[in-house]
Amino acid sequence: MNFSGLIQDFGPLTITGLAQGAIIALFALGYTLVYGVLRLINFAHSEVFLIGSYACLVVWGFFGLDQNSATPNVMSVIGLLLLGLVVAIVFSGLTALGVELVAYRPLRKRNAPPLAFLITAIGASLFISETVGVMTQRNIKGVPPLIQPRDVFVIGNMHVTNLQILIIVLALVSMFLLDRFINRSRLGRGIRAVAQNPDSAALMGVNKSRVISLVFLLGGLMAGIAAVMYDLKIGVTRFDAGFLLGIEAFTAAVLGGIGNLRGALLGGLLLGLLQNYAASLFGTEWLHAASFVLLVLILLVRPTGLLGESLGRARA
Amino acid sequence: MRQVLVRAIGGLAVIGLIAGAAACNSDSGSDDTASGNCGYKLAYFGALTGSSANLGVNIEQGFELAINQYNTKKGSDCITVAKFDSQGEPGVAPGVARNLVADKKILAVVGPPFSGESEAAVPIFEAAGIPSVSPSATRVSLTANGWKTFHRAVANDDAQGPAAGNYIKNVMKAQKVFVANDQSAYGAGLSEVVEKTLGSAVIGKDKTEADGKQTDFSALVQKVVSSQATVLFYGGYYQNAGLIRKALTSAGWKGTMVGGDGMKDVGLAKAAGNGPATGTIVTCPCSPPEKAGGTFVADYKAKWNVDAGTYSDVAFDAANMLLQGIDAGNTTTEKLNTYLSTAEYKGIANTYKFTDKGELDPNYIKVWTFKFDPTGNQIADQEVPTA
Repeated sequence: MNFSGLIQDFGPLTITGLAQGAIIALFALGYTLVYGVLRLINFAHSEVFLIGSYACLVVWGFFGLDQNSATPNVMSVIGLLLLGLVVAIVFSGLTALGVELVAYRPLRKRNAPPLAFLITAIGASLFISETVGVMTQRNIKGVPPLIQPRDVFVIGNMHVTNLQILIIVLALVSMFLLDRFINRSRLGRGIRAVAQNPDSAALMGVNKSRVISLVFLLGGLMAGIAAVMYDLKIGVTRFDAGFLLGIEAFTAAVLGGIGNLRGALLGGLLLGLLQNYAASLFGTEWLHAASFVLLVLILLVRPTGLLGESLGRARA
Repeated sequence: MRQVLVRAIGGLAVIGLIAGAAACNSDSGSDDTASGNCGYKLAYFGALTGSSANLGVNIEQGFELAINQYNTKKGSDCITVAKFDSQGEPGVAPGVARNLVADKKILAVVGPPFSGESEAAVPIFEAAGIPSVSPSATRVSLTANGWKTFHRAVANDDAQGPAAGNYIKNVMKAQKVFVANDQSAYGAGLSEVVEKTLGSAVIGKDKTEADGKQTDFSALVQKVVSSQATVLFYGGYYQNAGLIRKALTSAGWKGTMVGGDGMKDVGLAKAAGNGPATGTIVTCPCSPPEKAGGTFVADYKAKWNVDAGTYSDVAFDAANMLLQGIDAGNTTTEKLNTYLSTAEYKGIANTYKFTDKGELDPNYIKVWTFKFDPTGNQIADQEVPTA
């Protein structure tokens, strides 16, 4: 165990961990939203993310950009980023709606047991991921360097770059807007109503099917934003990128308390930090193992996660 | 909550099972009537898809070119090409290898390209008595298994490791070197030998997950930056290496990345971007493909419309060595294996003779270094001593 290394690098590890954690948190929202309403884990959510991570690359490709392009001027970068975000959000959202339509709705109509949903979601996940794998020959796809990481400020040996700030701020803003939407808007009230008690909500005139589609869509939108941030940070995507990060995002959702939006944010950021600290302390090969050990320990003490399960009960 | 967790864990297990079983193989061509030592098959076994597929495809194309030329010379479809895609995964390889040995027309295998899948698949070839010639599996311990049918047409990491270490020490004159590997049979073995050669110049070590199992290397990058190393040696394959190189550049690290033949592929530059990849050094127990003799370079380009890649020439030689054996009447797996243990074959890239363990004869070992240029190509740098 390398304590001196961890102490020496604590600052830089914290900022890179927060950036990774912000992406995980955005991704985790999709798991938490669907669970909050349906009490089911949407295992196809990883592919919702995957489609977003390819969609923005395809659009940037239309402009002739690939991993070897020069960084365009500031105005073009802003335009391309916005365009990439919109396209990724739209495609991720559509994928999420598609998954709901194909893998969830038909079963719900027939009152299938929860296990059936789990299997259809895994099926949808494998189908999408393998299709992308075959279409891309399982090769990696590089990301154009839209943002060259540059130090914005330096504290000790902690260099905070423009990209890290963008990722963290964008995640917090999206999170804030989503939280407002769920807690303040009419549609959000519908979501909370169905989460609390689907039957009473239906009696009160809430359209349950529409609410369920809406939570899938919202999860998809957040995954789309996460996908663009991931592309910019890692610089490469591939057909199973969603699977790897999906497990981490699901972990983050459980860590924070699945069904709880703020829990997903907290869980994501915490997981990002923990993975970095663990990798520094025990060696990078223990990155995943260490974070899962910690997850188990936290669940032993707080079985419902750090903030508890409470999409419906957050603000009635 | 417990129920949910159980379901989740069950779901992950199901995914793992399905992914593990998802192996496929393709088997092309039809049987010919057996005449003039014809009607047999030679197989390529190795990655055709997957995260390290490029290295496999280079080899398969060299192998297939040799057989096509042989058939053209014979004027018939004498020897058939059989391809088996292991995805380069030790978990997938055994199932695919069992499919291969079930085909009794297959006389020999060119492959497996990687050390990890070799450990998994060669015992199955061994049990079936099918000789194999790997053009690129370099882990030292592979030949310590007492296998009778395994041969490799390249030097092992006992040659490549010291060569890389010597290059870092004597040519780059680096005082501070960080060594990391991907925990694969190949990567861990190679970095161990490099560490030994470099001795006290190694100021830090780390391990990563394998290709495709990790994309965020922030912690490793931070360790390299903090250690003030000027060289990072990475024992692993090109995809991880590219991601690490990109992250290092993003973090402002100005040093040079050095690796073995597993990183010698344009895929590294694809992952990192050509800019960050430029200057990366890779060693290889191979000669520069463009230095291959005869018309190989032109023939390869004409057939596949790409330049010959790493080990394309060695695979071409391995296939031709086997074809020569078949031509001489060694049309059973036992006879062909005996032929391999005694023959000396002069090919376009090297001369090949195998020791009784299946290693390349020490007289024919050579290691070169290559440097990534700004277009992602690896330009031959120099031949380096292996001791």
